[in-house]
Amino acid sequence: MQALYAQLLVGLINGSFYALLSLGLAVIFGMLNIINFAHGALYMMGAFCAYFLLNLAGIGYWPALIIAPIVVGIFGMILERTMLQWLSGLDHLYGLLLTFGIALIVQGVFQNYFGSSGLPYAIPDELKGGMNLGFMFLPIYRGWVVVFSLVVCLATWFLIEKTRLGANLRAATENPTLVRAFGINVPRMITLTYGLGVGLAALAGVLSAPINQVRPLMGADLIIVVFAVVVIGGMGSIMGSIITGFALGVIEGLTKYFYPEASNTVVFVLMVLVLLVKPTGLTGRAA
Amino acid sequence: MKHRISALFLGTALAFAAGGALAQDKNVKIGVLTDNSGLYSDLGGAGSTLAAQMAVEDSGLAGKGWKIDIISADHQNKPDIATTIARQWIDVEKVDIFMDVLNSGVALAVNNLVKEKNAVMINTGAATSDLTNAQCSPNTIHWVYDTYMLANSTGQALVKAGGDTWYFLTADYAFGHALERDTTAVVVKSGGKVIGTVKHPLNSSDFSSFLLQAQASKAKIVGMANAGGDTTNTIKQASEFGIVAGGQKLAGLLLFITDVHSLGLKVAQGLSFTETFYWDLNDGTRAFSKRFSERMKNKAMPSMVQAGVYSGLIHYFKTLEAMSGNPHDGAKVVAKMKELPTDDPLFGKGTIRVDGRKIHPAYLFEVKKPADSKGPWDYYKLIGTTPGDQAFRPLSESACPLVKK
Repeated sequence: MQALYAQLLVGLINGSFYALLSLGLAVIFGMLNIINFAHGALYMMGAFCAYFLLNLAGIGYWPALIIAPIVVGIFGMILERTMLQWLSGLDHLYGLLLTFGIALIVQGVFQNYFGSSGLPYAIPDELKGGMNLGFMFLPIYRGWVVVFSLVVCLATWFLIEKTRLGANLRAATENPTLVRAFGINVPRMITLTYGLGVGLAALAGVLSAPINQVRPLMGADLIIVVFAVVVIGGMGSIMGSIITGFALGVIEGLTKYFYPEASNTVVFVLMVLVLLVKPTGLTGRAA
Repeated sequence: MKHRISALFLGTALAFAAGGALAQDKNVKIGVLTDNSGLYSDLGGAGSTLAAQMAVEDSGLAGKGWKIDIISADHQNKPDIATTIARQWIDVEKVDIFMDVLNSGVALAVNNLVKEKNAVMINTGAATSDLTNAQCSPNTIHWVYDTYMLANSTGQALVKAGGDTWYFLTADYAFGHALERDTTAVVVKSGGKVIGTVKHPLNSSDFSSFLLQAQASKAKIVGMANAGGDTTNTIKQASEFGIVAGGQKLAGLLLFITDVHSLGLKVAQGLSFTETFYWDLNDGTRAFSKRFSERMKNKAMPSMVQAGVYSGLIHYFKTLEAMSGNPHDGAKVVAKMKELPTDDPLFGKGTIRVDGRKIHPAYLFEVKKPADSKGPWDYYKLIGTTPGDQAFRPLSESACPLVKK
């Protein structure tokens, strides 16, 4: 039983990454209608950004939590301005192919210079060590990841669903022409939204840097699972992707305990089941 | 009658001409089949292709009228992709010899094909000892290391040091299974006990679940029967979860210098494991490694897999020269390679056994403390050497059909 609690908690930790990443994807898909396959590469760039800040500029983990998402977010906004915006109104497939290509190029460039094994990034001193919870030894850093990502997820949900800015944003997605008539700069808003989604990915990258090696392929390994999470949660649903992210982390964690061989397929089995029963995803609405 | 005789003469003359051309055929095509983009690409990958190029340059064969081409491909760690490439390489590209071929699943698949098509494989990357045991082939030489040797050296040393209960974290494919099986045999034989095992999918990023299970088992040794990125992530996360601080010891059954470099000494210090090559062993290894590193994009030192590509090709070229041409007959070349003693600056003097096993010493290393390291890539301290004749599976225990008993 004790072991089970531990696995639940570990699942929650992985779930935080799924939630942060799928949230970014959901925001981008919901507002821009783009299936952002570059998300994994941008997540990886966040981690590398933290690594460079530390090793080239001596800037530590805490500032990196803010700087890396901004830097990568700006990179994302440049992508949106120069490439993605021309695809609005076209079939989803175009955006998917373009972002997939961008992901391959970015990953290839990083791999060319840094190899595949990755680079070390230490846990910040303030979060080193662990607590004995009785049923498990919880590294403090992991606890921090769960709490912090939960806060960020909820804040993002609040921003989009409960504030005036979010309302404008959602309105702009529904009917851009009308919203423009109210004097709102819709293209700028779209660019900023893409930047926000990308920033979330980069933030997840910084969070994961001390846990995993900072590797060029760290995002490629994760992104497929995250897409499954988004599909299960319902494309474009903010709360859906947050809840599904955490829930799937837990389910995956339990699989690692009961039948570890299947731990990297369980998410996809669930995805198939959900699609068979409810093709719009758990919280999605029919289009 | 006259007609038939002249036809006979013509036929004989043609046969001689063809035979002569065969003996003097000085074309060689080398195929480096490896992981160019995935989790093993640092220990093989582009470095293996570079090592092959260096072997060709150093052999000086080009100056003696030989034409040697190297091609390389990414098998993506998938046996089906690997065999498709290999088939095309043999049938269309006329590749004579396969180098590297890391990943045990891939290696076993390509092994069959190479035998069927009578090509040559010098395997420097895969670990499974089956390549020279039940699955041995007259066309394959297993050059650098294998699971039996790793288990024998690292496993025995750890049990002797008091680590008599084991829990395995095993990569769930041919390699992990073989390494776990061979290590279990050594542990049990040395008086230890295996109390549990968990098999994780290849290329996992999160090992915390598996580590918690290992922690709960209270085994003295947590044996990592995985490699590359899987091992580095396991080690990094084990330190996070206080595995070593809690009194358990991590045993890296297969670690490469690129893994240690990636982990950094702070995390990797104190790990002990076995390799058959290290750049800083002697003047010969240092000279080669310096040249190698200068030509690598990320200035990495060679892994034992990459060093093996160089060493294996040097012996292959020596054999072809002794045969004064390339007969394009894999089994014949490999038989000749087994006859000739091996000698190169990287692995020293050695032999190739009848089962295809290349014999050389195995070194038990310990990773230095950060304070003891004099600079980048100065990572290992040599703590023990197993002579070649004791390092690998004895022929008396072999299940290889090529071994006559």
